[in-house]
Amino acid sequence: MSHSKKAEIFNKNEAKVNWHDKALWYVREKRDLSAHKVQGWEYLRELASGIKANVLSNLDEYLIQFEKNAQKNGIKVHWASNAEEHNIIVNNILAEHNAKKVVKSKSMLTEECHLNPYLESKGIEVIDTDLGERIVQLAKESPSHIVLPAIHKTKEEVDILFQEYLGTKPNFGNPEYLTHEARKHLRDKFLKADAAITGVNFAIADTGGFVVCTNEGNADMGAHLAKVHIACMGIEKIIPKEKHLGIFLRLLARSATGQPITTYSSHFNKPATGKEMHIVIVDNGRTEQLSREDFRASLHCIRCGACMNTCPIYRRSGGHSYDATIPGPIGSILSPGMDMKKHSSLPFASTLCGSCSNVCPVKINIHKQLYKWRQVIVKQQKQPLLKNSILKIAGVVLSKPRLYSLSGKSARFILKKAPKFMIYNRLNTWGKARDLPEVKNEIFDEWYKKRTKNG
Amino acid sequence: MKVGLFIPCYINQLYPQVAIATLELLEKLGQDVYYPEGQTCCGQPLGNSGYEENSKGACQIFVENFKEYDYIVGPSGSCIYHVKHHFDILEQTPEVIKVRDNAYELCEFIVKVLGKINLGASFPYKVGLHKSCHGLRGLKLGSCSEKMDAYYSIEENLLNQVIGLKLMILSRKDECCGFGGTFSVFEEAISVKMGKDRIKDHIDSHVEVITGADHSCLMHLEGLINRNKQPLKVMHIAEILNSCI
Ligand code: SF4
Repeated sequence: MSHSKKAEIFNKNEAKVNWHDKALWYVREKRDLSAHKVQGWEYLRELASGIKANVLSNLDEYLIQFEKNAQKNGIKVHWASNAEEHNIIVNNILAEHNAKKVVKSKSMLTEECHLNPYLESKGIEVIDTDLGERIVQLAKESPSHIVLPAIHKTKEEVDILFQEYLGTKPNFGNPEYLTHEARKHLRDKFLKADAAITGVNFAIADTGGFVVCTNEGNADMGAHLAKVHIACMGIEKIIPKEKHLGIFLRLLARSATGQPITTYSSHFNKPATGKEMHIVIVDNGRTEQLSREDFRASLHCIRCGACMNTCPIYRRSGGHSYDATIPGPIGSILSPGMDMKKHSSLPFASTLCGSCSNVCPVKINIHKQLYKWRQVIVKQQKQPLLKNSILKIAGVVLSKPRLYSLSGKSARFILKKAPKFMIYNRLNTWGKARDLPEVKNEIFDEWYKKRTKNG
Repeated sequence: MKVGLFIPCYINQLYPQVAIATLELLEKLGQDVYYPEGQTCCGQPLGNSGYEENSKGACQIFVENFKEYDYIVGPSGSCIYHVKHHFDILEQTPEVIKVRDNAYELCEFIVKVLGKINLGASFPYKVGLHKSCHGLRGLKLGSCSEKMDAYYSIEENLLNQVIGLKLMILSRKDECCGFGGTFSVFEEAISVKMGKDRIKDHIDSHVEVITGADHSCLMHLEGLINRNKQPLKVMHIAEILNSCI
């Protein structure tokens, strides 16, 4: 189903749309306030973007450097060219340790690879330990936002969900009670886990270490308690030096939620004595995206979610309307690169307002890439017949002034003379909720000619 | 100095009063204004829909029409943005480059090129400014709420000089109205919802007249206002700056 269809369905409940819009706009405003407090914010963005561009043009070298240093520290490094390989690698590590219970902290990469269903099919229990992720996991849904995975759910809905799965008492959506109960439930899972899986926010080439950012401390809790820690990362997560972290950590938390720093920025450098640490480095379409010059910069993304919070369409259509692992503006430039047919409506789910590019901490020119994807998609994907012929004819008419003036006249004639029922009908999408402009007696061309004659 | 007046297709056909106000305003400011015949469209609707290739003819005509002028001025930020940023699909001949470099949105031309902000207008109403995205974020007619740069707004500077005009403060200063060209029909539900939300912000801020430098956004908002019989008027900024009420 196209984005517009899903968005239309989401918009059937206007009160919920208003609520969703306000919740995310609140986060956007918090971001503005905290970014305002940083002197040289725009300079920081510039630096971050420059570092990411450097990483992408020297990715091979940085990755090898990272692997070497990580191995020196006693970390085991694995390479996966696609989602399937990634899942097999993770499963093999778990099988070696006979691990049947796994706790996982937030990782969009494992979502992208559909790791959970894969491991579950092998008889392994995977528990998402980020509260929002746990909520969507219980609801058998996918995250609708990359930082706030359950933002589409109200506290009342969570109340009902927890009653069903965690046996909580009805509480009218009391957030304190609900988090407390979730914590009890998760603590038990943490204590019994055989292995912990985390994502990676930044992998540092010159130390071989990596940093995971969470607000709930669930990555640390999982990784410190379990015998085995598996960290999964896309190849673009590399930064060259440890000192660059200062730039990215300042940008990330403020852009994501308006916090000055994420509550836990955990640095992992080597396994604790008697334990194992693995890193799985995944390509899964990234090198292909890297090869597309116009779309390369999409790999700068540090997954802060700011482009979603600011996007007026995302806020009013909900993350699920994008039907992609990464929703919102950044998802709309990443997803067509993965599966153009499935995601061909996404680059059109935008007014090209440019707000996403302005908030993006690593300065991805998102709205310009949306425009570029549109050109590619129209050429490579079959377009609806009506749209295709209207726009192609328009192209011809607009290149012929006389034909154009004639068609303008007849369009105005129809608008002016035709009875209302002919204009406001099923075929006129504009007119469903909007009036058409009132037609004046004279067009500017005619007025101007008259004036010149008289003047 | 010869100024070529660029009137976007939909303004010519549906909003002649906006074109007239633009022309009169420029003449009042002492400009030698010409209106080349045979204008069609800048190609923006095609480009934004992914049919950039099919818009080359329209872009070429635009260049033909305006190549002899020192400045090209039009009352529509998004069209000017298209000329400046998307005419790279044409071969970059000296003529194409000249046209792209000298194309200006009306307010920007008045403030930056003519160096004027007080145009002697009066308009005793409470006005809400809709900052259209292509003008704001594209042409940089003002600072954007997402950025941490110093605050400025070319349109506000002009409106603040209009006698009697009271510029109202909105709660979301520069959110998109949801027009977006063909977006308005292909993503109808969201487009309408975005427009409704913008209008509500203006009404809540006690605005009597919504204005802006891009009439396509205003056309969308006006369509909603008229359908829902809301107590608001919509006028292009050129009409206000050309008013003596
Ligand atoms: S594209 Fe930019 S704003 Fe969007 S999630 Fe990635 S880093 Fe954040």
